Amino acid sequence: MTPPTSPTPLITAENLAIAFDGTPVVHDVSFTLRAGSCLGIVGESGSGKSVTARSLLGLNSSNATVTGTRLEVGDDPLTATDLLTATEEQFRRLRGSRIGYVLQDALVSLDPIRTVGAEIAEPLRLHGVPRAERPERVRELLAAAGVPEPELRARQLPGELSGGLRQRALIAAALALDPEILLADEPTTALDVTVQAEILALLEDNLSEGRAIILISHDLAVVERLADHVLVMREGRVVEQGPTREVLTRPQHPYTQRLIAAVPSAHSRGERLSAAPPQQILPDRTSQSERPVDVGPVLSVQGVSKSYRGPDGRDRTVVDDVSFDLHAGETLGIVGESGSGKSTTAWMSLALTRPTTGTVLLDGLPWSELPERTRRARRRGISVVHQDSLGSFDPRWTAGRIIADALPADVPRSDRARRVGELLDSVGLAPEHAARHPLSLSGGQRQRVSIARALATDPEILVLDEPVSALDVSIQAQVLDLLGDLQQALGTAYLFISHDLGVIHHISDRVLVMQGGRIVESGSADEVFFTPQHDYTRQLVDALPRPRLEESA
Amino acid sequence: MTVKTLDSAPDPTAVGAVPAATPGTAHGAAPEVIPPSGSLQPSPARWRALARRAAAQLGSAILLLWAVATIVFFLQHMVPGDPALAILGGASANPPQETVQAVREQYGFDQPILVQYVAFLGGLLHLDIGESYTMKESVLAVIGEQIVPTLQLTATALLIAWGIALALTLASAGRSGLVGRIGSAIEVVFAALPHFWLGVVLLVVFAVVLQWLPVVDGGPLGLILPSLTLGIPLGGFLAQVTRDEFDAALREPFVLSARSRGATLHDVRWRHVLRHAALPGIALSGWGLGSLISGAVVVEVIFSRQGIGQVLVSAVTAQDLPLVVGVTFVVALVYVVANLLTDLAYVAVDPRLRTSIGRAS
Amino acid sequence: MTLLAPAPDTALAAEAPRPPSRAARRGPLRRPGVLLAGGVVGLVVLAALAPGLLAHQDPLEIDLAASFDAPSLQHPFGTDQSGRDVYSRVVHGAGQSLTIGLGATAIGLLGALALGLTGGLGGRFADVAVTRVIEVLYAFPGILLALILIAVYGNSALTQMVAVGVASMPGYARMVRGQVLSVKGSLYVEAARSLGHSPLRILLRTILPNTFRPLTVLITLGIGQAIVWAAALGFLGMGVQPPTAEWGAMLNAGRNYIQQAWWMDFFPGITIVLFTLSLTVIGRHLQRATDSGAAR
Repeated sequence: MTPPTSPTPLITAENLAIAFDGTPVVHDVSFTLRAGSCLGIVGESGSGKSVTARSLLGLNSSNATVTGTRLEVGDDPLTATDLLTATEEQFRRLRGSRIGYVLQDALVSLDPIRTVGAEIAEPLRLHGVPRAERPERVRELLAAAGVPEPELRARQLPGELSGGLRQRALIAAALALDPEILLADEPTTALDVTVQAEILALLEDNLSEGRAIILISHDLAVVERLADHVLVMREGRVVEQGPTREVLTRPQHPYTQRLIAAVPSAHSRGERLSAAPPQQILPDRTSQSERPVDVGPVLSVQGVSKSYRGPDGRDRTVVDDVSFDLHAGETLGIVGESGSGKSTTAWMSLALTRPTTGTVLLDGLPWSELPERTRRARRRGISVVHQDSLGSFDPRWTAGRIIADALPADVPRSDRARRVGELLDSVGLAPEHAARHPLSLSGGQRQRVSIARALATDPEILVLDEPVSALDVSIQAQVLDLLGDLQQALGTAYLFISHDLGVIHHISDRVLVMQGGRIVESGSADEVFFTPQHDYTRQLVDALPRPRLEESA
Repeated sequence: MTVKTLDSAPDPTAVGAVPAATPGTAHGAAPEVIPPSGSLQPSPARWRALARRAAAQLGSAILLLWAVATIVFFLQHMVPGDPALAILGGASANPPQETVQAVREQYGFDQPILVQYVAFLGGLLHLDIGESYTMKESVLAVIGEQIVPTLQLTATALLIAWGIALALTLASAGRSGLVGRIGSAIEVVFAALPHFWLGVVLLVVFAVVLQWLPVVDGGPLGLILPSLTLGIPLGGFLAQVTRDEFDAALREPFVLSARSRGATLHDVRWRHVLRHAALPGIALSGWGLGSLISGAVVVEVIFSRQGIGQVLVSAVTAQDLPLVVGVTFVVALVYVVANLLTDLAYVAVDPRLRTSIGRAS
Repeated sequence: MTLLAPAPDTALAAEAPRPPSRAARRGPLRRPGVLLAGGVVGLVVLAALAPGLLAHQDPLEIDLAASFDAPSLQHPFGTDQSGRDVYSRVVHGAGQSLTIGLGATAIGLLGALALGLTGGLGGRFADVAVTRVIEVLYAFPGILLALILIAVYGNSALTQMVAVGVASMPGYARMVRGQVLSVKGSLYVEAARSLGHSPLRILLRTILPNTFRPLTVLITLGIGQAIVWAAALGFLGMGVQPPTAEWGAMLNAGRNYIQQAWWMDFFPGITIVLFTLSLTVIGRHLQRATDSGAAR
């Protein structure tokens, strides 16, 4: 990273506080930003990191009040803007021209019905660049952001571009007026890991050109990669700040320590990620107390493929000749980027999607080939936990009803309430949660309800489709720990689908790497990630923004 | 933000409700597909797709017209009474039995109903709907004469409705406090005004009491009150839909993103949000025009205007089958054309559909 | 022991605290508009059930000496061409009009359920067929259908009900079909399948209840619409015949005297306006409540 070049900071914030309708949400935040440096702001949902960033642009909603002793943009005292007293007009002149802002997911951050070129040209128009010069400037900006075929892309809609190109286009728009500061709020969050690496490299280029960056992320590894200085925020307060390396390798504050410990990775294998005590699970195995000891794989996927007829009449193969076995009590991780076919594979394992060719055996018996009617009785042996747990719950039902609905029909009526209570307890929820509607539960609690429902049938196999992807890292840690505890107590086999290499490495015994519908590599988790054989796996592993603290840990 | 496919038409009963969206075609469907270079040039495949689409639309329009004609034919035959009597001036004219019989034979009323139906369809194929029983004039001529004032009325009303919707939305949507609430209240009240009451009130206030406008007038002045009567409720309805979408679009991240690049709120409202807000309203306009024609019947009665509505009311009561069929046909045709125009307008505003049509080839 | 103990796992997914929407901030009782609307609906229902409580004069009593009296203390809404008290007629007409509105909505909904459920559940072919039927019903001007039905079966409250009901059918049917399809494709139905529930159980316990849930809002809005349409038919002289006290029939009678006795049309009309407006306000409130209450 370039050392600070300018003696006076571009942004000075002292004792910044932000309140919405009089309710304080950010307290006492101070930092400085110098040209050519990157300030990282790390925190989970509700930490106030985005609100803090938006206050620099005056973009918080109108009921927000920003106070503090100092909040200035500009390294020249004569031209610096005092943001605490700035009018909307002053802010407007700042936006885009001095501070560029990049939001998460350009699919929604670029107007979906205007062309990419029109979006980038807009700030040019607002700042009086003549109409005739704009297309050329747009082309240059797109090219500078690493977009190939810029003329073509400028004429396309955001929805027609891939996620990576879209994010580059968004960055190009933010840089249209050559601002000295770039504010990037979760710029890589929705992206695949290889694309994320490219975007981070683009931001790094900007940094080395002397632009200052404020990088906001929930992902420690992303911040670690770019930031010289880091602010750790929690519930509106800065709990720790300092040089990135120092903060991440020798965190002083317990929260920072917990946050770092909560990141699943190769190192965390076999360790607990959260501070929560291990879950005590009642060994109430009324139905299946004795599991057959290793009589072959519980799930056997044999050469399955799936293709769909595209709108053009041609078949598109989304899963191509995939085979694997899942043994009792083990965790098999499937990792891959979007479109790799990993979810379709999970769906076929659940026999919710019929393979075009190949077959799936459950407990050594035919499964995918059975008619649904015969299959239904055996469905209790294999359950699923979705990423979008809220969407998987009947919107009319309470948590208790949702779990009770999954109980097998042979559980007597008198026992059902007790079983629901036990299941809630086994996933770390209180009996009171049974009466709550999922909408009033937090994301982590919903995922626990979803797990409890999946366990209600006492399955041998749990298919987990991106179960922690929507959760904050500390919540993710708790859920992953819970899954570990449950597996230990119940001996359930997990088929664990995720795009997150760290999560997969942490939890899996064996790993399959999928790309374009095929398994490109498989083996034990350590083998696959420490000594990847296939190019694609290597690419994935290399693309990980590897925290430097690993080296010294 | 929901993406609507072309045929997602509105639901008239859901005031302010955006029609249930059909699965997104343009976005989300293939986010990682990067179209090859030059995909924007209309390729032969895309033309073929467009042609196929046009053919399908034409086919379903013909099917629709046939179904409408059939229903009208059989429904009209259920009306009690002898059409031959209607031709001869009604039962009160008391024509001699032989004359009635002659007319029956001349018009084929003595034939089985299915034979009559086939003859009727044959006539339709030649665009020959026949002669009005009561007016003794070609149906096409009667309708051709009467449709003009009705179309003038409904077109003006649609313009007024859009004017109201856009003005209310731009003036008050997305604004907090009193302005927003007043705007929203005006829309709800407008949308709840029935034509028969609004027309009477406007007539009494402006023509009778204030005498600013004529009570009955075939000229442009006479168009003002009737088209306001038709346009105001539809305007209120469109405004509700537009406002909801406007508010939703204002909360989209791209608005924040545009403002972060220096766009003023005014810019954002006019250049980004308004286009999004207009989309559901446009989708509803085809249906809106259809509802205006039904409304025109009432309005034409109130203001004693010439028009298709008046013709329809008298034709049904006089059992003038050819005229009823003709009017129904024309109204259905207007509906079909209006929906076609709506589709085109939708595609003009939402470029996502253009590419998705191309891609679906 | 750690500071992280209860993790900041808040239900708020969005980081920036957004001001809660006006609807969410205030319950129904704190919204004066909704309260007022409820009052109007209550009054109309009371008038329908027990008109004698609200109006003491006989709605059919003829007093030619008092014909065309302008609104006064004795006749707050004036009198009609036969000297009947318009106020009493409006109050006594509520029962008829409400019955027609409710009946029409019921007919429209039943037909729509038959169509929409067939389309949504019956597979591809049924769906194509139902879509076409809905399309034809849309293209068929509702008023024409009503005119013909009335020509066939004569003027009566029942014909009016059926005519309005059939006219409102395509709108409801489209909604039902859309809702069935979206519920059928939802993740929670997939989840129920993966639990091994039978198709019948999924249909009865998941698909149907979730299809009907949003319809309550629609019905609220639809009853108002039905009353307006029925009144429009009455206004054209195609409904209940005078001297029965019914809002549409009163409008029709008043039509001929607009210039000399505006109150004959104005008061029944504004009653309809206020009533439908109130239903709209309540319906929109319910809609917002379900939208914010159950994100889907």
